Amino acid sequence: MNAPAQPLVKIRDLEKRFDLSGNFLEQLRFRNGRFTRQQEFVHAINGVNLEVRKGEALCVVGESGCGKSTVARTVMGLLSPSGGEIHYDGQRIDDLDGKTVLPYRRKMQMIFQNPYASLNPRMTIQQTLEEPIRFHHPDWNRQTVRDKVHEVMHSVGIDPDWGKRFGHEFSGGQRQRIAIARALAVDPEFIVADEPISALDVSIQAQVLNLMMDAQEDRGLTYLFITHDLAVVEHFGTRVAVMYLGTVCELADTRTLFDSPRHPYTQALLSAIPRLEDDRPNHIRLHGEVSTPVNLPSGCVFHGRCPYANERCRTEVPQLIATDGGAQVACHAVEEGRL
Amino acid sequence: MTTATANASRWSRFRESFLWYSFKRDKVAIVSFVVFVLIAAAAFLAPLLAPHDPYDLATINIMNSELPPVWMDGSDPSFPLGTDAQGRDLLSTILYGTRVSLLIGFGAVILQSALGILFGLLAGYLGGRVDSILMRIADVQLSFSTLMVAIIVGAVFKASFGNLMFGEIAIYLLILIIGIAEWPQIARTVRASVLAEKKKEYVDAAKVMGYRTNRIMFRHILPNTLSPIFVIGTVQIANAIISEAALSFLGLGMPETQPSLGSLIKSGFDYIQSGSWWITLIPGLVLVVLVLVINLLGDWLRDVMNPRLYKG
Amino acid sequence: MALLEVNNLDVRFAVRGGDLKALRKISFSLDKGERLGLVGESGAGKSVAAFSILNLIARPGYIAGGEILFEGKNLAAMSDRELRRIRGNRIAMIFQDPMMTLNPVLTIGTQMIEALKAHRRIGTRAARQIALDRLKQVQIPSPDKRLDQYPHELSGGMRQRVIIAIALLLDPEIIIADEPTTALDVTIQAEIMALLLELCEQHNVALMLITHDLGVVSQVTQNMLVMYAGRIIEQGPTKEIINDAQHPYTQGLINALPQMGEPGRRLYQIPGAMPSLNRIPTGCPFHPRCQFATDLCKQEMPEYVTSGNVDVACHEVRKLIEEEQQQREMTS
Repeated sequence: MNAPAQPLVKIRDLEKRFDLSGNFLEQLRFRNGRFTRQQEFVHAINGVNLEVRKGEALCVVGESGCGKSTVARTVMGLLSPSGGEIHYDGQRIDDLDGKTVLPYRRKMQMIFQNPYASLNPRMTIQQTLEEPIRFHHPDWNRQTVRDKVHEVMHSVGIDPDWGKRFGHEFSGGQRQRIAIARALAVDPEFIVADEPISALDVSIQAQVLNLMMDAQEDRGLTYLFITHDLAVVEHFGTRVAVMYLGTVCELADTRTLFDSPRHPYTQALLSAIPRLEDDRPNHIRLHGEVSTPVNLPSGCVFHGRCPYANERCRTEVPQLIATDGGAQVACHAVEEGRL
Repeated sequence: MTTATANASRWSRFRESFLWYSFKRDKVAIVSFVVFVLIAAAAFLAPLLAPHDPYDLATINIMNSELPPVWMDGSDPSFPLGTDAQGRDLLSTILYGTRVSLLIGFGAVILQSALGILFGLLAGYLGGRVDSILMRIADVQLSFSTLMVAIIVGAVFKASFGNLMFGEIAIYLLILIIGIAEWPQIARTVRASVLAEKKKEYVDAAKVMGYRTNRIMFRHILPNTLSPIFVIGTVQIANAIISEAALSFLGLGMPETQPSLGSLIKSGFDYIQSGSWWITLIPGLVLVVLVLVINLLGDWLRDVMNPRLYKG
Repeated sequence: MALLEVNNLDVRFAVRGGDLKALRKISFSLDKGERLGLVGESGAGKSVAAFSILNLIARPGYIAGGEILFEGKNLAAMSDRELRRIRGNRIAMIFQDPMMTLNPVLTIGTQMIEALKAHRRIGTRAARQIALDRLKQVQIPSPDKRLDQYPHELSGGMRQRVIIAIALLLDPEIIIADEPTTALDVTIQAEIMALLLELCEQHNVALMLITHDLGVVSQVTQNMLVMYAGRIIEQGPTKEIINDAQHPYTQGLINALPQMGEPGRRLYQIPGAMPSLNRIPTGCPFHPRCQFATDLCKQEMPEYVTSGNVDVACHEVRKLIEEEQQQREMTS
């Protein structure tokens, strides 16, 4: 194996809380004869550490509510973190303001989940693609901008003659191509893809995945790929981070993770993929209710559903620890050798 | 060349649109539209169409006052709808009056839309404190009736500048009063649409591109909130015309020297007892028809632009 | 005789500018206790097929031809009253969104009891007991507490369990499940699918599973049919189709799955997209996306040919079979 490439994006101790309780007046509660101030939070991310290496596709998988989309949106600056830092190429970016962040807006781009909502319905494809180029290259003349639009439309397989049409005239797959074209239009180095294929049909998913892999090869892109679909991860990812209730519970090379998953949640998740070859679902059944990020359980966030949970799991939060297999796992049972 | 083809494609796009399709099939909408266009055309072509100029005092003869319409005894064929108490030709006065009413209606709606869109966008997109402050102002303003505000402002203005001065700027003053009094309606609608739009991913995509807030608000979100504004705006034109008529009827609107439909109705009201009913009734009828067709058009627009009906 | 037999079902949508053909000559049958998968992408017509079986197709859609025989009686020709006695009672439906079935302002218990009383002469107490039993069957923790809860108090997976409990309430012969697990997380999805399968086997209920997920179909069903643009293009035993799909579209669907590709390499992809109903191509509807398409495919709708136990609608497959037969005759 060659030495690990240097990290392009570093996420350090990232935390994100959403305040559910509204303004000050709405927080007041009258209880036991006196007023108390009560605040409720959604703990979407609780101390996530990740590094995205240059040229790789780091996949973040997990089920709904695990905070994977929040990670994506925080990295892109759509949300500001409640704690922790985000670095791009050695430079801290989460505290930059309007002007200084602009160069990073060009280098970092995002592809969204819903192709039906990610294109402005009142803009033609040409306008949608021209605007970012003009914005980031105000000195380019009209012809250069047009050529660039042609180039990206061509590279995503959209006929440049369709530029005058509006988003709603295209199918879901074509819209997602256009959304990818918009991201590529500013020549980014790093792309965050938030469930880019989960709203698409099976045959279209393959098209879009291929397109993203081609773009990665041609343009040397680095991906942070958010998905719930493990089959896609296995195909697409260089490394995988499995998230559960706002924490990373396992981080490993894709091959390692799929060959020998260590964390009990990863094992359950892998066994739950409906595969073509097997006859009967013989997946690991998880019991117990799924906790919500509003009332985070103490200790390991997974202990409520974990078949191996013991007293220590209920009280002490496990840390990501490197195992001999090369994976990093946050699990007391793995650490103690019980699993 | 390019603009011509662009226009042509826009026209053909309109021809294929759902708007045009549903318009063709809705008889009420077609009739309303035709009536509205007729009234509006007649009103704005008043200087060409009207047999007399009601603003020209030299042509008015007090001896012609209170002549009945042509189909009644004692009428004068040069005054087809009769004359009012000052001897002005009623048809001409109605045409000019409709023009004034429509001007005020449209003017007020343009003003309230401008205010409403601006404040609605700011409140909806920026949220937080801006939202709270703007929407509380809107709440407070909605708790006064338009008429009350107008009466106070109008009365203060009349008292301080005198009738003559008031007459000259009455039309602008009315636009201003009605426009300012009614902006919260539009602002609330815009705010609601903005709240829905700003959650959509194309707004996130614009943020990720690094666009500034103004650009996102006006270039990306605003065009997507216009459909409900069209619907509300149409109904608001009718409301503004009614407000103006009510104000004029109370004597706080257009002066009798350049009457609107409302002040015409008012000026004739004193003569109903003496038998000259037409001075009030005919402009009243025009007002009712005008407001009715605008409201019917608004209803039709609302049905067409309701996205649930459209897509479902 | 099959429990359910659909013959040449035609469903159309009346819209401006003429009728759209949503289903074209669909035929299939379902035996007692059989599990049948309906596979297709969005726009293929699989949900329309499910809805039209219970004559639930809403205007502007209507059944333009064909018959739906349930125990020999034609559902397509039944009155609303007769149909209501079958819906929910003999044939139950499970939707993708549990809130399509659950009323948000009534407790789970009330809804289950009402459903029971609507179809059976039964007292409230007895009905409640049955409801409780069913909730136990779907392995809901503390079922007696759940009876008095409102749908919004349950998680997505719990809601779908309740839906299954409601579907089983009246001991139906058939359950039609329209993407029952698509909205759920993978681990929950696996649990629900396993539960549904178990219950269907236990009660000998026939299951018609509508899904886009070939993995789920391959695990749960015995037979499957693949739909494309309102037509069934391939049907037969699930194993045979998954292992050796005949129709180019089915082959493409299977090969496009990420698990079929070499990690890190391009996936097999079918070019283009499913045509919308107003732009269905002539001949074989798949021909613009098919790499084997010939002039014949562009002009003529293929008839079904049988290959093994599988029926396929494809000119090229027919040609291959005929060639094979000729060769066999030559050699013998």
